[in-house]
Amino acid sequence: MNAIYILWIRQLKRYSRSKARMISSLAQPLMFLLALGFGFGPIFEKAGQGSYIEFLGPGIVAMAVIFTAIFSGMEVIWDRQFGFLKETLVAPVSRLNIMIGRTMGGATVASIQGVVVFVLAMIVGFRPYSAGMLGIAFLFIILTAVVFTALGTAIASKMEDMQVFPIIMNFIVMPLFFLSGAIFPLKSLPAGVQFAARFNPLVYGVDGLRGALVGASDFGIMNDFIILILIAGVFMAIGAWLFSKIEI
Amino acid sequence: MIKVVNLTKKFGDFVAVDDISFEVDKGEVFAFLGPNGAGKTTTIKMLTTLLKPTSGAILINSIDPLTNQAKARKAFGITFQDQSLDDELTAWENMEFHGVLYGVPKKLRRERIEELMKIVELWDRQKSLVKEFSGGMKRRLEIARGLIHHPAIIFLDEPTLGLDPQTRNHIWDYIKSLNEKESITVFFTTHYMPEAEKMASRIAIIDHGKIVAQGSAQELEQKTSTSNLEDAFLALTGKDIRVQEVSGTDRMRQNRRIWRR
Repeated sequence: MNAIYILWIRQLKRYSRSKARMISSLAQPLMFLLALGFGFGPIFEKAGQGSYIEFLGPGIVAMAVIFTAIFSGMEVIWDRQFGFLKETLVAPVSRLNIMIGRTMGGATVASIQGVVVFVLAMIVGFRPYSAGMLGIAFLFIILTAVVFTALGTAIASKMEDMQVFPIIMNFIVMPLFFLSGAIFPLKSLPAGVQFAARFNPLVYGVDGLRGALVGASDFGIMNDFIILILIAGVFMAIGAWLFSKIEI
Repeated sequence: MIKVVNLTKKFGDFVAVDDISFEVDKGEVFAFLGPNGAGKTTTIKMLTTLLKPTSGAILINSIDPLTNQAKARKAFGITFQDQSLDDELTAWENMEFHGVLYGVPKKLRRERIEELMKIVELWDRQKSLVKEFSGGMKRRLEIARGLIHHPAIIFLDEPTLGLDPQTRNHIWDYIKSLNEKESITVFFTTHYMPEAEKMASRIAIIDHGKIVAQGSAQELEQKTSTSNLEDAFLALTGKDIRVQEVSGTDRMRQNRRIWRR
């Protein structure tokens, strides 16, 4: 328990001391929010789909969460590179606890980023439909953050150096993001692609978030919630297993 | 305290450690010497649960690290060949992290951290971020950190690499006094032969993955009819320069500068 806590607090400290990282990781979601919101908004509305910023808001929050979460998870590679990973690996701590601690740390950072982007979206004109549902929205932010930090950590535990980072971003994160319903509805996609999207965990994060913030979800908030919990558990277990296999 | 029997590690076709056996007694200061690429670090990694041996048996403080990892991990402290501190944390935070990870109770932990940081003369700098430290200060902090949980054994993989003679001297003074005061078993590697000659009660020399000689410095000198350990070492391992293959970790370290802001 203490080990989980100290791993968690370590990541928060590192985050709070790196202002550059805090700001730079907000730049991308903000850019998407402004470019898409104001660029595509009018077209979306002309097509009779309603307010685009209301549609886009939850998607961009989810985007901020998944990018930060994957990146936080991939910090394992930095720790490997700077030698600190060895310090954790020789410690008498179960690999599951290391996985949980790291995931909680990264997920907390990603959740904070998600909330900041939510506030930015509000400034740009996004309005949640019900203040009472904000707590539920926050829960989905946390769950999405946990799922993708665990995924990032699990992937990174197998990686030797930072060179692979752009590959992960381009071949895993971007497709997951574009096929998540974050920036356009999945309903108009070909049936095959829609089916494939069902295996994308981010779909349920975005759907749950949209359910809580806008009051419209495809799968139902409860289903999203259960699916995300299950995926988080599976990724965490896989990560712990991969951690126990790390040899340096 | 440490018992190694027929230990072997293969990486594909390459035999990094080839059927070695040795024993280290409690309270002993044991030097493990060898040219680059001889298998020193690979052996330490196997002893400290970071690598699984291909075959052979290990006992650390009568514990088998292959079957009882957690208990074995509590029994030793380690200072790695290359840095293993978190640069973004303060010196004290690095110590605290270690103490909590090893389950040292709070009161004892705080006392021990203060005591050790005073011994290595870093107590005044406890609030400084580690990235502001010099190489010698980082080394001292790492050695102190490895001792927080009162290990029975400390592994020091080239603890004085790249340090000036003053710092080297200091570091050995700390190690020696801890060895005497707490009867910690010390297992170390170095390329500075005078250090091994002065500090180690027993020495093993490894080359091409095999132990080529074991004994006190005098015994090794007698065996090779030389007058100091450096000559004995060269007589046993030859004078050719070793080419060490660049590992993945080394490549990353080269990239490190590019990735840092």
